[in-house]
Amino acid sequence: MATTTPPSSAWERLTEPLRSGPTAYGFLGLYAAVCTWLLLTNPRTSLGTDIVFVLFLLLVLFTFRSRVARPFKIGLAAALLGIVLPIFGTLNPFYIDVATQAGIFVTLALGLNVVVGFAGLLDLGYVAFFAVGAYLWGILSTPQLTEINPAWSPVPPIMFYPFVLLGLVAGGVFGVLLGLPVLRLRGDYLAIVTLGFGEVIRVLANNLDKPVNITNGSQGIREIARPPLIFAEPLRGLGLRFDDQQLYQQFFYFAVLLVVLLTMIVVSRLKSSRIGRAWEAIREDETAAIAQGIPLVRMKLLAFAVGASFAGAMGVIFASKQLFINPPTFDLLRSINILAMVILGGMGSIPGVVLGAVFVTLLNLQILPRTATVLREAQDAGFPIPETFDPTQYQRLLFGLLLILMMIFRPEGILPDERRSEELHEAQQAQQEEPPPEEAAATPAG
Amino acid sequence: MSPIVPMLYTVRVMAAEAKATTSPHTGQRSVGEIARTVLGPLLQLLLFIVGAAASLGLLVIVLALLLSASTPDLLSRVVTILPQVIIDGLVRGFLFATIALGYTMVYGVLEFINFAHGELFMVGGVVGAYVGFFLDRAGIIDGFNPFLFVVVVVAAGMTVSGLLAVTVERIAYRPLRNAPRLVPLISAIGVSLVLQDLARLFMTNFPTSEPLGFNARYNSPDYGPPLTLFEMNVGERSVPVVLSPKALIFITVATLMLIGLNYLVNATRLGKAIRATAQDMPTASLMGINVNQIISLTFLIGGALGGAAGALFGLNVGAVNPYMGLIPGLKAFTAAVLGGIGNITGAMVGGIVLGFMEAFVASYLGLFTGGAISGAAYADIVAFSMLILILIFRPSGLLGEATTTKV
Repeated sequence: MATTTPPSSAWERLTEPLRSGPTAYGFLGLYAAVCTWLLLTNPRTSLGTDIVFVLFLLLVLFTFRSRVARPFKIGLAAALLGIVLPIFGTLNPFYIDVATQAGIFVTLALGLNVVVGFAGLLDLGYVAFFAVGAYLWGILSTPQLTEINPAWSPVPPIMFYPFVLLGLVAGGVFGVLLGLPVLRLRGDYLAIVTLGFGEVIRVLANNLDKPVNITNGSQGIREIARPPLIFAEPLRGLGLRFDDQQLYQQFFYFAVLLVVLLTMIVVSRLKSSRIGRAWEAIREDETAAIAQGIPLVRMKLLAFAVGASFAGAMGVIFASKQLFINPPTFDLLRSINILAMVILGGMGSIPGVVLGAVFVTLLNLQILPRTATVLREAQDAGFPIPETFDPTQYQRLLFGLLLILMMIFRPEGILPDERRSEELHEAQQAQQEEPPPEEAAATPAG
Repeated sequence: MSPIVPMLYTVRVMAAEAKATTSPHTGQRSVGEIARTVLGPLLQLLLFIVGAAASLGLLVIVLALLLSASTPDLLSRVVTILPQVIIDGLVRGFLFATIALGYTMVYGVLEFINFAHGELFMVGGVVGAYVGFFLDRAGIIDGFNPFLFVVVVVAAGMTVSGLLAVTVERIAYRPLRNAPRLVPLISAIGVSLVLQDLARLFMTNFPTSEPLGFNARYNSPDYGPPLTLFEMNVGERSVPVVLSPKALIFITVATLMLIGLNYLVNATRLGKAIRATAQDMPTASLMGINVNQIISLTFLIGGALGGAAGALFGLNVGAVNPYMGLIPGLKAFTAAVLGGIGNITGAMVGGIVLGFMEAFVASYLGLFTGGAISGAAYADIVAFSMLILILIFRPSGLLGEATTTKV
């Protein structure tokens, strides 16, 4: 966003012309043109296309970070995400799917950011709310409903749209249900309890096939309904020849993009509102916040509800997009994944979280599988790489290292939120003024 | 507020404590006093074992009587399996207790939840499996002395897990000691994930020719058939109550470790340093205690106990895998909170109580609902619901003291 701080490092001074003034317009325009040309002329899935695709997404970030006129920013971003990417998607369905997944995780990460980043409540079971939304649509839109009670029949697919809103509400309700018992807990206890809650939801999804078959247990739910393509006929009338598969891809891409935009608007409005500042106060010092007259219970519940409701709504869309859900889709690793997005990008920082979510999704869906292919080729060429080693199988290692390294070296994330950053370095500043007590101990015990 | 005031207070408390437990002339404790400090917690533990078994047993019998109108032979079935359920509860309880000790010791000193503690337990199990694996490859496992085997796996598990815990503390926790609370916790979550996958990487690639594998068998010498403790005579049927030798070994070693830990913490100079550090770190360092060393030592002891528990658990179950640490770790954390986190006796008591509750739910839920609900699947939910309930109604735990200002 537009800041007026003078450039500090040599790198920033060097790249300054690319971020402001007439050169910025030229740079962004040229960058966009080259990327678009490369993508549209060479859409095959390959390492080169992967790199161009990442550069393309980075361009959107650059556009928002540079100091250019607002209409230009919005126009360029809209052209890139609303026109170029969907057209590219018709040429190569893999990349639009990656973009849709990235959008889903951006929304989830923004929701978790409300809880973790704004209110400072570490939630390790966030994926449970996503599961609530997904199972809501999964059960009610499929013959699974008839299993519960033979008299009930599944809701028609057109009900998808109201169900996205219903998912929002269901997520919020579950957020409050989790929030109520854990409100009084201190941060670290809260983390473990939410983790337990996430596991409980997963265990329930896994075992509620007896005595009444509600979730179909570990088999999962198949053939989840998709909304009817109401815009298919007009598009065909325009002479565009798309099959249903492509149309659904486009549909979900735009649906997710819309939800992401709405979420970003809501979250950034919330952040600078009275509520957002109340969350910030609670995060920094609970006791002081109470003393200032902030209704602690209501604010914490609101944080849980808001964060969870985004996940609930996205759950409905996700179930419909994937057509199939089962309990392992919503395991602890998924929660940790979303947490890693928030931490990598920067707790409390909206652009940071979006960047983190896109980066981690690309890492999972694109970079790791690509590395695996490259390693396989290297192995065939005779490099000593163990045969069983497959980088896509070592997500835990990667995200674990990511969390540790971020915490040690840059706890405020890649694109930090200013206040949060100060808060995280408070102790270090205090330490510089006054040596810690441990160092005063000269003689060992014994 | 001046830091002198609480410091003086702590000094006075420590002085009073010293007066109460040491004889005035030599400064040494008498054997009787040592026995009391070491065995006192164990008596308390025994009390809770008997209490938990009796009250839960009574509860299921009363429930059976209430429900016996619809199913006539329910009572006899409930009573028949009761001794077996109690033994099962005991084994589970000791498992949670040994893991919970590591959580509670670290929490006592640093007020920090070592999320990766469950992985130290897993590493102990994997190390034990490797010992069995190499003995098997050397072809000497069948003739190996079973008791020596236990000593070897426990020693190996303790060494590796203990040293690993110290290393992890040095790398991932110490740089973050002054950061806001959530920062080291997130780092600990990272450590937990890294250890899981490192163990997996190791197990699936070492030794290169014929790796141990993901779901690894835990080879061990033959421990003989289960011991029949006694026969239950219910009606005309007679059901044997059995205890497997491995479970017996588990309980025995766990008890010995608890005695050892109690001795170390309550009756030695080192233990006093640990307690002083837990009570007030800055003051302890002013009294000449090397706080960093004590923290490392705490991690060493906690990790070693976790490793030993893992080695014994693997032996008992007969298989290990790199992801087996998470759920027992979470349950042990629940046990530590149940007993009052930071309190060593509390961790043992909490472990025992949680173990009994789980065993009862796992065995009786299915029986009471006529097989409609599988108890084993819902045992996990019991632990987490317990955690939530304790934290709401008695956050200080069964044996913990109420604290006021921990915001």
